[in-house]
Amino acid sequence: MAGKMLVSPSPHIHAAVSTRSLMLDVVIALLPATIVAVLFYGWSELLVLGVSIASCVLLEWAITRWLMKKPSTVGDLSAVVTGLLLALNLPVTTPWWVVLIGAVVAIGIAKMSFGGIGQNVFNPAITARVFLLVSFPAQMTDWTVPAGFIHSTDAVSGATLLGRYAEGGVDAIAGTDYLQTLFLNIGGSAGEISAIALLIGFVYLLIRRVVKPWITLSIFGTVALTSLIFWLADPAQFSDPVFNLLTGGLILGACFMATDYVTSPMSNWGGVIYGVGIGFLVMMIRYFGSYPEGVSFAILIMNMTVPLLNNWFHQKKYGRA
Amino acid sequence: MRKLTFSIGGVHPDDAKLSKDCTIEALPLPQTVYVSVAQHLGAPAVPTVAVGDKVKVGQVIAEPGGFISAFVHSPVSGTVKSIAPRADLAGKPVAHIEIAVEGDEWAEGIDLSDTLVTEIPTDKAATLEKIKQCGIVGLGGATFPTHVKLNPAPGSKAECLIINGAECEPYLTSDYRIMLERTKEIIVGAAIMQQVLGGCRCVIGIEENKPEAIKAMREALAQLPYDNIKVQPLKKRYPQGGEKQLIDAVMKRQVGSGGLPISVGAVVQNAATSLAVYEAVQKNKPLITNVLTVTGDCLPVEKQHNYLFRIGVPLSFIAEYAGGVPEGAAKIISGGPMMGRAISNMEATTVKGSSSILYLSEAATKRGPESNCIRCGRCADACPMGLEPFLLRRLTLAGDLEGLEANAMQDCIECGCCLYSCPAGIPLLDLLRQSKNQVLGAIRARAAAAKAAAEAAKKE
Amino acid sequence: MTGIIWTIAVLAGLGLLLALLLFVLARKFRVEEDPRIDEVEKVMPGANCGGCGFAGCRAFADSAVKAPNLDNHYCPVGGNDVMKQVAAILGFEVKEKAPEVAVVRCNGTCANRPRTNTYDGVQSCKVKAALYAGDTACAFGCLGCGDCAAACQFGALSMDPETGLPVVDESKCTACGACVKACPKAIIELRPKGPRGMKVYVSCVNKDKGPVAKKACAAACIGCGICAKTCTHDAIVVENNIAYIDASKCKLCRECEAMCPTGSIIGLNFPKPLDKETIKARIAERNKKAKEAANA
Repeated sequence: MAGKMLVSPSPHIHAAVSTRSLMLDVVIALLPATIVAVLFYGWSELLVLGVSIASCVLLEWAITRWLMKKPSTVGDLSAVVTGLLLALNLPVTTPWWVVLIGAVVAIGIAKMSFGGIGQNVFNPAITARVFLLVSFPAQMTDWTVPAGFIHSTDAVSGATLLGRYAEGGVDAIAGTDYLQTLFLNIGGSAGEISAIALLIGFVYLLIRRVVKPWITLSIFGTVALTSLIFWLADPAQFSDPVFNLLTGGLILGACFMATDYVTSPMSNWGGVIYGVGIGFLVMMIRYFGSYPEGVSFAILIMNMTVPLLNNWFHQKKYGRA
Repeated sequence: MRKLTFSIGGVHPDDAKLSKDCTIEALPLPQTVYVSVAQHLGAPAVPTVAVGDKVKVGQVIAEPGGFISAFVHSPVSGTVKSIAPRADLAGKPVAHIEIAVEGDEWAEGIDLSDTLVTEIPTDKAATLEKIKQCGIVGLGGATFPTHVKLNPAPGSKAECLIINGAECEPYLTSDYRIMLERTKEIIVGAAIMQQVLGGCRCVIGIEENKPEAIKAMREALAQLPYDNIKVQPLKKRYPQGGEKQLIDAVMKRQVGSGGLPISVGAVVQNAATSLAVYEAVQKNKPLITNVLTVTGDCLPVEKQHNYLFRIGVPLSFIAEYAGGVPEGAAKIISGGPMMGRAISNMEATTVKGSSSILYLSEAATKRGPESNCIRCGRCADACPMGLEPFLLRRLTLAGDLEGLEANAMQDCIECGCCLYSCPAGIPLLDLLRQSKNQVLGAIRARAAAAKAAAEAAKKE
Repeated sequence: MTGIIWTIAVLAGLGLLLALLLFVLARKFRVEEDPRIDEVEKVMPGANCGGCGFAGCRAFADSAVKAPNLDNHYCPVGGNDVMKQVAAILGFEVKEKAPEVAVVRCNGTCANRPRTNTYDGVQSCKVKAALYAGDTACAFGCLGCGDCAAACQFGALSMDPETGLPVVDESKCTACGACVKACPKAIIELRPKGPRGMKVYVSCVNKDKGPVAKKACAAACIGCGICAKTCTHDAIVVENNIAYIDASKCKLCRECEAMCPTGSIIGLNFPKPLDKETIKARIAERNKKAKEAANA
């Protein structure tokens, strides 16, 4: 027998999934929303996407190469996912240097300083977004709509729906066409442009069994329930559940950010509690906070509870009560 | 009928039953066989022959070395050449009895005819003794002595005998072939065990990817006079044939941690064991043959075989007879790809529980580079015991034995689902197997200390 | 202005209150300890390596203070110097021990010991040893996954990528014995350091019969017994096809090393390289004289 025969402990076969294939699935799932964003926002959006992804990948490569002196991990595509998510979480008007700072925060601070993929406590893209939001409030809330490849008559520059609600209350958002919001919602972060495009991507992730639906469903459920209670109590002051489900970054956050493997709980029940926490915090910030939108803050806060939830909730074991 | 399955975890590897249409062929005899004395779980057998002795096929050559042990019989007729340590599958030295083959003369009293004997002896003690004398061990993998399993401790009662025809390991087809070719014998064997256990119900569990076997079993059952035996189709899902999983699937009961199947009224026996029991009780034939699959993803279909082999035949002899080690083989495995052992020594010989020689290509088996855990939780979703391998690995690396025990490390059945499903290529089971043994050792040491303390207290 | 005053007042008050609480709790839960434990701990090396058999330096000190003598307490890391200080604190006599160092008793380099298969599991000697006999024909030798190097807290062991074997840095080795425990093949031995570090040992643990061992590894001890016959100090025994040199009897003459047909006996830290021919001539001369004496 040749000396090349392999010997290892069992099992001897492996499922055809890898970190790279999972990340590739996430990229594919984000494509519909990305394409819609590019079509309606044009070259500016391509620039944000390009700067974000390229700088995330380059930074990770440079940090592994020169600081950590380890084999590069860019091949697993997780930096691409972070870059893509960061770009989709920024307004299309974000200057390129702000995007670059965001990439440094996401990869350099939120991800690599903890030891790279799998080790970080906070979702890198959200950490970067929140960092930029508090550091560059003017640039981050500039909702000017540039000319896209497809011209839309709905293109109105100005505050987002949530922004208008925060400013002027229920009256300011009266008459919003929800069906329109579901398909195309110009203004806001680039990724929020089409709820339906995001949901198509999420269904793809579910079909490919990349993520489980529990976290996302519990966020949607909690947002719907909380806003329903408040809205029923005082419809003149509080916005309605459908408005809250369709606007802002809720769908992007619930489907793609909150379900990040690394920063979400391992168990199904832990995930449900985590989702309830995010949903509740989102509504509290939207109704009572000084920021119009709270998905990013809610996810970051709940990220902190993940180790605790992992300690509390475990898998159901065979033959044990 | 509704297909049943177990309730926690599991994976769906490609079943790759490439050799399923190869009928069982008898393997010729080599010039020399080497019979291991450690072919079963428990104490090794003690040789009862001396160098120079003439032996016949089926004659006892080693007797049990303890309560949990088994008889070993000569698979050939000839002369004992030596009794010496020889490297086993893993290259570790084990005592083997070397016999030079001379003709093929069987010991007296063994019925070699094909006639089916359907009448079941009523003397339970005699049947059990016969099973013991014929050296029958479980052929599903663990090779636990069958007579011990069929004789539950006083106070426990068998409610259901499960015949395991799941064969959930990919590639393997030996159980499938005997279920097709020796259908009635397996059923008679099951009926014998059913009778020994006091007439409990009997379920033959077969995975849905073997519809021909399910059909054959049902037809044979209709022709035979036994009642309270039924065929139960199971979903294709690994590890459906795991003892604990099969009990969960068929009986909807779960065996407690550290407990035996009999504690929930279950006795599980493999289909091949059932055939061996039939041959022992009805034909007086000891366990010296079994069926083995020669298969693999890099082996052309015409070179795949299911062989009826005698124990003690060197694997290299079988490989040569089947056409040699294929070009693209990167790993040779004895057993299935999920739980089998990689062979480092082709001079090792077949034992009672040998089930395959499996050639896997590098593409199918080579491990990828290990990267960071991405906390996707796939290992925990896959674990059929509901353990959390990612957590157990962390505890292992931290050396936290108490934490490991609290998180049920000792319940691991080493099925390999965690390592199979890990996208980051982390060698989970490699590490956890060690931890499991450590935790089991600690539990045993504690039990022994408690027992000693109790005895000391009694004396005072 | 009042805001600042209030803030300061509240914070200062809170600080005082908590300080008081800490003070009370510290008083209440105070544990009386033998002050000598602290003193002993202070002179310990503080590596907490467990080489002494205790959980750490504090545990060692705690046990040493209560012990009737120091027979069962020896810190291999600190050696005789530390033990003298410990003995002085506790008023005990100390028995000096010859300083020891780890030696790797396997010379199955990639060149000496051809690989017969490729291991593809986790890089852990423990796992590999539990799985099978190893990726060479020698079932006794080094598995090369570096469990020993990982166990060493002093950076004294490293894996040589060229040979696949661990290398001991004697200047860093403290003889704590962690590597000895980590090695599933019991290859590493603690041996007396020897004068100026000089020592001779058999670098093989293969118990197979000569031809089998030789086939597996060019540097294997084949149990031929030439070394035992050569040794004039009665320091070598051959048992189970393997020679062993008793360091307490060895006079470092290096005759066995010169005579070993496979080169499995190794002399370390000698100032001059081994002059095989001179030693062999010396032995031949001696044997001739002995023969003549016997004949006469």
